[in-house]
Amino acid sequence: MLPARFTELEPFAATWCLATERERYATRLAVGIQAMQEFYDAVTPRAEEAMAYLEQFPLDELPEDALNLLHLLYSMIEVSFPVEVWHQPRVPDSGSAAFDSFTEPRP
Amino acid sequence: MSPRYPKPPEGSWTEHFGLDTGPVSYADSISPSFYERERQAIFRRAWLNVGRVEQLPKAGSYFTKELAVLNTSIVVVRGMDDEIRAFHNVCRHRGNKLVWNESPDEETQGFCRQFTCKYHAWRYGLDGSLTFIQQEDEFFDVDKSQLGLVSMHCEVWEGFVFVCAAREPEWSLREFLGPMITALEGYPFDRLTSRFGYRTEVRANWKLFMDAFAEFYHAPVLHSKQSPDKYAVAAREAGYEAPYYAVEGPHRLVSTSGVRFWEMDPGSLKPMEVMTRGGLFGPWDKADLGELPAGVNPGRCKPWGLDSFQLFPNFVILIWGQGWYLTYHYWPTSYNTHVFEGNVYFLPATNVRERIAQEMSAVTFKEFALQDANTLEATQLMLESGYVEKFPLNDQEVLLRHLHKVVGDWVEQHAGVPA
Repeated sequence: MLPARFTELEPFAATWCLATERERYATRLAVGIQAMQEFYDAVTPRAEEAMAYLEQFPLDELPEDALNLLHLLYSMIEVSFPVEVWHQPRVPDSGSAAFDSFTEPRP
Repeated sequence: MSPRYPKPPEGSWTEHFGLDTGPVSYADSISPSFYERERQAIFRRAWLNVGRVEQLPKAGSYFTKELAVLNTSIVVVRGMDDEIRAFHNVCRHRGNKLVWNESPDEETQGFCRQFTCKYHAWRYGLDGSLTFIQQEDEFFDVDKSQLGLVSMHCEVWEGFVFVCAAREPEWSLREFLGPMITALEGYPFDRLTSRFGYRTEVRANWKLFMDAFAEFYHAPVLHSKQSPDKYAVAAREAGYEAPYYAVEGPHRLVSTSGVRFWEMDPGSLKPMEVMTRGGLFGPWDKADLGELPAGVNPGRCKPWGLDSFQLFPNFVILIWGQGWYLTYHYWPTSYNTHVFEGNVYFLPATNVRERIAQEMSAVTFKEFALQDANTLEATQLMLESGYVEKFPLNDQEVLLRHLHKVVGDWVEQHAGVPA
């Protein structure tokens, strides 16, 4: 799913190459903190290289594997809050509170 | 501790605006009957923002808006003449909801040349005129010219589409907005079209969430865990003061000073902020919007973080110094529930790094909003217990005092006016 040079991230692609924030947030709540930590640990050392790689394409003309990589970076941002800050999937004390995305820029 | 920023000559912002300094009653947030009075006195009279022109890109573009507070649904549409109009979303034949998809209580949007009722195929032009009646000959004395869609007053200001449910509005939209708001004319709202939108139903009175975003006194406490300990401890010790407040008619403003996160040492930053160059204050690399109108940062704060304009009754435009803006809408659905919508607007990203910084900023906004929302239900529950009636508000909460005062004044002044 990903460009060849990011092959070590392939194990995370099926779970985290998600086009919408709604899907990314749902996955965050579903997979548990341990899985997010593993993903975070794998992807963050490659983030700078990934952004540099993606910069060679116009944003609205990303090849499919590059678009998947961009979506993986969006997921990295999504999990950074549970991993870096909350140490749990949800915002603490947020109970039943939700804040559902209904529109976002593509890509 | 002396104030960090100078207070007005009266000694406080609260007294400066002529507001009472005593404890405030929240009876206006727990009462079904008071809510009914708000609906009549406020929401049926004020201009209400229902969206932006970018949601209606061409002739025939439309969106629907569920307005429980007005007990109606409306359809907002751009006509062949490019005019934007609003209609009650009801077929004149037998009252079926005209425009909806799959589920009649959900909002929808799209593009069409005419509206056709799902029930008996009555058709309406984009200007609301009734153009076709199925088996017209079977009806008695129908005059199609008298059976167009029922319109609602609709005006556009700086690309923001407003409606007014009054039979005759008491003010033009610009009069209603007043000089503090119209001084924003020229801000490039039309260029900041990259939009992230979020919505949720909150189990609290609409004014409680208005209150939550009208003061920053809560920020170092409620949001402390969002920052690494080093920053959080410093922020809590310092407390919070805003450098500037303004009130004009029913509308109000708070400005904050800026924090240059990117100049802070890395121990005070989240690793993801450093990686993406984005965060709560937006992308670190400021968007160049050119010269801004005089209405932006009217207190001339330097450094300047943001302006939060609360437009009466339920609409907020929050302009960030980093070159982007947010809107908040608080749509009451009952005395103790409302739908909250937050929209984040950026310049369209021109490359991956800009887009990544925007993603980080939007996700950060969502994390903070979830924290802000989580106290509301807890507050509503205990306000409704009724054991405590009045609450002390400090000078950093001056805008809350103003909101509840204006709401009370409108309801009071409207008492006895026939609906």
